[in-house]
Amino acid sequence: MNLSMKWLADFVSVEDVKIHDFCEGMTYSGSKVEGYEVLGDDIINVVVARVNKLERHPDSDHLFICQVDIGSEVLQIVTGAQNLFEGAIVPAAIPVAHLPGDITIKAGKLRGVESNGMLCSMGELKLTSHECPGKEENGILILDDCFADKLGMDIREALMLNDTVVEFEITSNRPDCLSVIGLAREAAVTFDRELKLHTPEVKTAGDGDKIENYLKVGIEAPDLCYRYAARIVKNVKIEPSPMWMRMRLSAAGVRPINNIVDITNYVMLEYGQPMHAFDYTMLDGSSIRVRRAADGECFRSLDDQDHVLDSSMLVIADEKKACALAGVMGGANSEIKDNTTTVVFESACFKGTSVRVTAKKNKMRTESSARFEKELDAENCLPALDRACELINLLGAGDVVDGVIDCYPTVKPEVKIPFEPDKMNKFLGVELTEEYMISVLEKLDCKVEGGFVCPPSYRGDLLCMNDIAEEIIRIYGYNNINSTHIIAETTQGGRTAKQSFEIALENLMYGMGINQIHTFSFISPKYYDKIRLPENDPLRNSVVISNPLGEDTSVMRTVALPSMLEVLARNNNFSNENVRLFENATVYIPTEDIEALPLEKKVLTVGMYGNVDFYDLKGVIENVLELAGVAGVKFTACTDNAAYHPGRCASFSVQKNGETVNLGLLGQIHPAVASDYGFDKPVFCASVNFDELWDAADMTIDYTPLPKFPATTRDLSFICSKDIEVGAIEEVMVKAGGKLVETVALFDIYEGANIGEGNKSLAFRVTLRAADRTLTVEEAEKATKKILKDLEYKLGLKLRS
Amino acid sequence: MKAKLEQIKVSALGEISADGADLEQLRIKYLGKKGELTAVLRGMGQLTPEERPVIGQLANDVRAVIEEALGRRTEEMKEKAMAARLLNEKLDVTMPARRPLVGHTHPLTLVQRDLEDIFIGMGFSIVEGPEVEYDYYNFQALNIPEDHPARDTQDTFYITDKILLRSQTSPVQARTMEAQKPPLRIISPGRVYRSDAIDATHSPLFHQLEGLVIDKGITMGDLKGTLDVFAKKEFGEDTRVRFRPHHFPFTEPSAEVDISCFACGGKGCKLCKGEGWIEILGAGMVHPHVLEMGGIDPSVYSGFAFGLGIERIAMLKYHIDDMRLLYENDVRFLGQF
Repeated sequence: MNLSMKWLADFVSVEDVKIHDFCEGMTYSGSKVEGYEVLGDDIINVVVARVNKLERHPDSDHLFICQVDIGSEVLQIVTGAQNLFEGAIVPAAIPVAHLPGDITIKAGKLRGVESNGMLCSMGELKLTSHECPGKEENGILILDDCFADKLGMDIREALMLNDTVVEFEITSNRPDCLSVIGLAREAAVTFDRELKLHTPEVKTAGDGDKIENYLKVGIEAPDLCYRYAARIVKNVKIEPSPMWMRMRLSAAGVRPINNIVDITNYVMLEYGQPMHAFDYTMLDGSSIRVRRAADGECFRSLDDQDHVLDSSMLVIADEKKACALAGVMGGANSEIKDNTTTVVFESACFKGTSVRVTAKKNKMRTESSARFEKELDAENCLPALDRACELINLLGAGDVVDGVIDCYPTVKPEVKIPFEPDKMNKFLGVELTEEYMISVLEKLDCKVEGGFVCPPSYRGDLLCMNDIAEEIIRIYGYNNINSTHIIAETTQGGRTAKQSFEIALENLMYGMGINQIHTFSFISPKYYDKIRLPENDPLRNSVVISNPLGEDTSVMRTVALPSMLEVLARNNNFSNENVRLFENATVYIPTEDIEALPLEKKVLTVGMYGNVDFYDLKGVIENVLELAGVAGVKFTACTDNAAYHPGRCASFSVQKNGETVNLGLLGQIHPAVASDYGFDKPVFCASVNFDELWDAADMTIDYTPLPKFPATTRDLSFICSKDIEVGAIEEVMVKAGGKLVETVALFDIYEGANIGEGNKSLAFRVTLRAADRTLTVEEAEKATKKILKDLEYKLGLKLRS
Repeated sequence: MKAKLEQIKVSALGEISADGADLEQLRIKYLGKKGELTAVLRGMGQLTPEERPVIGQLANDVRAVIEEALGRRTEEMKEKAMAARLLNEKLDVTMPARRPLVGHTHPLTLVQRDLEDIFIGMGFSIVEGPEVEYDYYNFQALNIPEDHPARDTQDTFYITDKILLRSQTSPVQARTMEAQKPPLRIISPGRVYRSDAIDATHSPLFHQLEGLVIDKGITMGDLKGTLDVFAKKEFGEDTRVRFRPHHFPFTEPSAEVDISCFACGGKGCKLCKGEGWIEILGAGMVHPHVLEMGGIDPSVYSGFAFGLGIERIAMLKYHIDDMRLLYENDVRFLGQF
């Protein structure tokens, strides 16, 4: 809402308050100021002038030399304008002058002739033909003759440009403040000034003609239309509205059109009551029906857009057709035109949600619908209607026909809220007297009687004690409340064990040189193709956003890998080397029940490239598993995940209650996938199912005594086929050696022609120890023999000689 | 004999302290089995019984002096040799280090953990809620019925008519009230979604932190006090807080909250756009309808709620001028936090 301070002055006198203090005061009492603009502050030293004498420039075929009277003196100004004549009243920029667009006008010479300024067009004063109707846009702005006695007057004063406009952000609960009068009420309370309200007085034609001769109104949907009031104006002459009205509308950001349309807009801005005017002669018959639209009914709005209506929408119709979409926009069929002679002024009150839905469905949010959707005050209809007719009188725009139509089927009951000063003091944490509270409420037009507060009809937002408390405290000042500490039962704050684990995991990652990232939860469905997710993979079934910003952010991810790869690729593009990243990313898995929310799961996703290989990443994962205290994790080669290298990928799982719980996956990204992300080097990624990891986690710490007896070690080496996994060998060794095996560690691996194609040589160190004694040579030998026997029996391995 | 001992002592000390002395050689020469001192002692038999203890004592003294000198000199030479070696081992300490890689916390997490710790210190617990949420919790249970104009201020992503991407963390308030009974003191950080195109100051996804306190006798003064503590802990002890009346459907009274600019202390600077104040969060007393819908009797309990943007705080605190950097994850950016 843009408020003209000049307009405000009609209702409350705050001229002595500095504009900065005004804005701050209003903000602190609840009407938030976004900013203000001093109109015309970029127009300096431009005055009203008269062209006394006009001669052709001797050395130019298009320039003129003017002798210009600015009241105090006559100046010579050279101009190229072709629309001047002797006696023309014009705006003249007198050196040193400033014009909008950072233009400075200095004295100088044009083709050898002295020029002491510049005559201005409307564009040079940042005006348009809306503010200056009927004036030439391309030439010098020729002012009306009535300015002849104002020579020398500052143009801002002459054209009423000297105003300040304050921009308010009005919240949806205060539609009454979307008006000059509403803001005047707030200003009066804020600065403790008198509110000067005005009751419109309408002079009717008095010729015996009555509105009943013209119009009948029937409200057929009283649930959607609380009130419908109308008046008729005849002998209308459509012309521009006067300058003061045009300038006030302009200042408020509304384009002046003609006297009738301007009046409806003026009243809407002043009273907050949207008005509609339509051409009476375009009505079929003499009744107005306020009815629901028929399903499929067609309607062309004022802006020449066609709409197909449905029965949820309310229309203002005559006997045959819809003439307006109630509260949203008028119809093209009854628009005010230059030849309109009889006008119906409508001032009505419609149900907010109905207007909102109608405007939304037809994609036309208007100044009118924006007000109606917030539930307006039906009591405001008549004063606004009278004000419109009063302006008709004032402008001499036509004759107001006697009588008013006022259908008011749905009167809202008066609201009564218990007045509870003690409770409010306790709730707010203040100690205000009952008298103070009453004085504030009365200033806000509330009645306080018999233990109840009765808000005025335009304050539909006041319904309960909290609302009343807010009214009192916003005037008293939020910042006058003392800060206190909560006095109540002590609560044990803190993180849950899982929340703490997540932080521990993050810290472990940082310690391993891995940076944390945050990526968007929504992705493009194309990302699934990019990681080569099979067509029939259930993970392709995502939660789909019905109104996405674009395809790139249109589905909620079911996997976090593509987000990680995007970030890795971006870093690679930036030539960042040795990049290691992680994200504990949420993924969204739809359930079969469409009414149910998807499952939101966290997946710890790790990605790296540069100075790393598969085993570095595996080490990261093993550290994660150790942090969680998960024992007995089995890594299994995974050859069929299309995103990963078929020979360099492993899934890892743990046994729980006899079932295999999949904890995650790690490996080298398939070179074809990596290449799609712009990589020509290996990229490694892992994902750990965070929730499953937490379920398998055992964070209890139980100290194992340090060994008291020495260990015996045996180094065993074998040559075997490359296909035999080290994990399988270790498993056999641990099992065969039983309790005595403390650790089995691979310490050498070799492949080469001298041991045969397709073979590898492996060397393990087995550490044997008993907790309660020093092992005898015999015991160690026995265990070693058993290990070797089992290896031979189960895997066909023989000790290398 | 006495003179002989004295002479041995003098010559031994002289030789020991000479440059380049071979100390082992000297030890053998003077103290060894065939050494000079031993030779003197061997001649003790020729002495009178009266002389014997005197000379014996003297011989032992001389031995002690020589031993002590040898020991001292050995230490000295060791030290000297080590000093020479260490000098040789000199490193150029200005050469580049070999640093173990250390990962960095994302700035959003840094801020979030800070905030969590501040509120945990005041007895708050952390509660999480779903990001894909029912319209009911995101709007209706917060006093924003269908087709309410307040929905316009948050352009919402919808999945179905009834399911959406939460546009605020406030639905966690409604869920918490349903699930737990007062006293409640919770915060809920998390992702929220709004249909805003991506630019330097907007993102369709960002993070909020919601707070909710419900108990008997909670006042608006308590809300101010709590936010005072938050502001001082997060932005510095000199930070002041101011409240401006505002409207949120789920709180009444409602406020927008500014903090005094932590860069200029309120004098006005580039960061606060000359205002001296920075808008930081929205807050208010929980609306009685919201309490009722959460199954809490508003005649017995009252409470307050607040919500703040984590991106906003991170950007202000670390002077990040483009929100997109937070989601780009360039390691040159991440490495600064």
